[in-house]
Amino acid sequence: MNSRKDAKIRAVIVDDEELARQVIRELLAPHPEIEIVGECANGFEAVKIVTETKPDLIFLDIQMPKLDGFEVLELIGTGSAIVFVTAYDSYAIRAFEVHAVDYLLKPFGAERFEAALERAKERLDSKSPSSAVPAAELAATARPPAQYLERIPVRDGAQVFIIPVSKLDFAEAQDDYVALSTEGKKHLKQQPISSLEAALDPSRFLRIHRSYIVNLERVAKVEPYGKDSHVAVLRNGVQLPVSRAGYARLRAFLDR
Amino acid sequence: MHPILSRLSRLALYFLAWIPLAALLAYLLSATGGLSRREALSISLPLCLFYAFVCLSAWYSCRALPSGRTAFGKLLEVHVAAALVASGFWILCAELLAYIFTEMAIYPGLTGRLSRTLPILLGTGVILYLFSISFYYVLLAVEASREAEARAMEARVFARDAELRALKAQVNPHFLFNSLNSISALTTSDAAKAREMCVLLGDFLRRTLGLGEKSTIPLEEEMSLIHAFLAVEKIRFGSRFRMEENIAKEALAMDVPPLLLQPLVENAFTHGISNLVEGGWVRLDARCQNGLLSIVVENTFDPDAPPRRQRNGMGLLNVRQRLEARYADRATFNVRTQGDRFSVSLTLPAEREGRAT
Repeated sequence: MNSRKDAKIRAVIVDDEELARQVIRELLAPHPEIEIVGECANGFEAVKIVTETKPDLIFLDIQMPKLDGFEVLELIGTGSAIVFVTAYDSYAIRAFEVHAVDYLLKPFGAERFEAALERAKERLDSKSPSSAVPAAELAATARPPAQYLERIPVRDGAQVFIIPVSKLDFAEAQDDYVALSTEGKKHLKQQPISSLEAALDPSRFLRIHRSYIVNLERVAKVEPYGKDSHVAVLRNGVQLPVSRAGYARLRAFLDR
Repeated sequence: MHPILSRLSRLALYFLAWIPLAALLAYLLSATGGLSRREALSISLPLCLFYAFVCLSAWYSCRALPSGRTAFGKLLEVHVAAALVASGFWILCAELLAYIFTEMAIYPGLTGRLSRTLPILLGTGVILYLFSISFYYVLLAVEASREAEARAMEARVFARDAELRALKAQVNPHFLFNSLNSISALTTSDAAKAREMCVLLGDFLRRTLGLGEKSTIPLEEEMSLIHAFLAVEKIRFGSRFRMEENIAKEALAMDVPPLLLQPLVENAFTHGISNLVEGGWVRLDARCQNGLLSIVVENTFDPDAPPRRQRNGMGLLNVRQRLEARYADRATFNVRTQGDRFSVSLTLPAEREGRAT
């Protein structure tokens, strides 16, 4: 049973209710192979603690202040095994879509908890990263259909920023990242631009180029540029290239 | 039930309606067969009396062949055949009468004169029978539409009742699950407190279930339900919330629909306080003014809280619908967001035990 004699499993407990954390603490007490390296009560703290301690295992609540469990996961990536702990049964499918190890429904007993712990250990022992797909992309695909992104959480080190999509001017693809431009500042987020595009409301955001998504409210004018390409000029003066396909989409939108 | 046979008064009216028909028939008989007025009437009156009975039977064939669900060709076929048969009986009856009158030497030679009128008699019989058929179809149609209306009305009333019952019986399952989880935590760390929470939760549930049956309760009772709810939340949230109450004394005795305010307070927790790291407050104001009871539930919330992935505002919608269903335009319901404050204001008629004050 104890295959990790030398290295302890480092765990973090995230729940906004002290009593809920207490249950997990108690159920972990008979397991000397597991060390609790941090506890916190909201999403911001969770991202900070996980970034600093790089735990193997996270017990994660879903409904929390500041950031919910899925947003936290989006920001911390898939380096840790995740066990969701919640009173809501409606997120179970999405939890497994983001490769959670298990999904504990409150209230739960020792037996159920042990089973979750076993699964987590198996996952950690196999040492396979839970998925090669970035967490942000997983979280985006797991979003319920017909519900578009209203805010984008981004992380800079241990610090978290929330960008409401209404304040997003445009997004630019940069290798594995997207640079999100808002109020003159840029925030990098590890996510393919196509998955961001899919999560945004298509009546407010348009892919105008292989590498660019623009907030349509920010577009001041579209001008010809060179032989058969165009450029979109934003209200703040920034110019973005528009591909031929992007121009067609833009025209279709403006004609509507 | 036969619409005419079922009531004596209708039957009497029905036979009265046949008297002018008998007079008309008598006129036809004397015009075409040369019968004297007395002869014609002696024949037509008993004949019509008999035929009135025959035509009553048309109701049953109409009911057996509803006009909407039977092919028109078949309807025509069946009813015309029935009309011919009925008319045949009525001619036989007429002949019999004439025979009796002749044999008894009351009206000598009547049979001979009557035979000249037979085609007219047959036609009239058919027409009268078909006329009563159409009369019954009209009756059936009226009855059907009245029934449909009554059923629709019943369905509406039933649906509203069911909805109200469902709304009142609603206890948020997540509140229950989270509370049970807290109890589970307390069993080892603080057994006495775990027991206390079980009692508080039981108290809250019992009140909730009991109140669902009542139509209205005094505000005071609703407040004590809210206090039971808060006692449970106090254990879960610890010092993360503060409750303020500002309730005018006369308001406490006013009637409110049960479980009208508790969902609003619960809403303040799920969408407000539970998202505030530093905690927050809920305030409940109630007062009477100009025959109205006005209540405000206000709470702090985090405008930057994660969007709820659950359906939002069901609690608010339920309260609004219940107010509308019960008071229509005599109640108001307003939701306002201002900075980090969220408030729901509602007014309803100030009534005490069903009487306006």
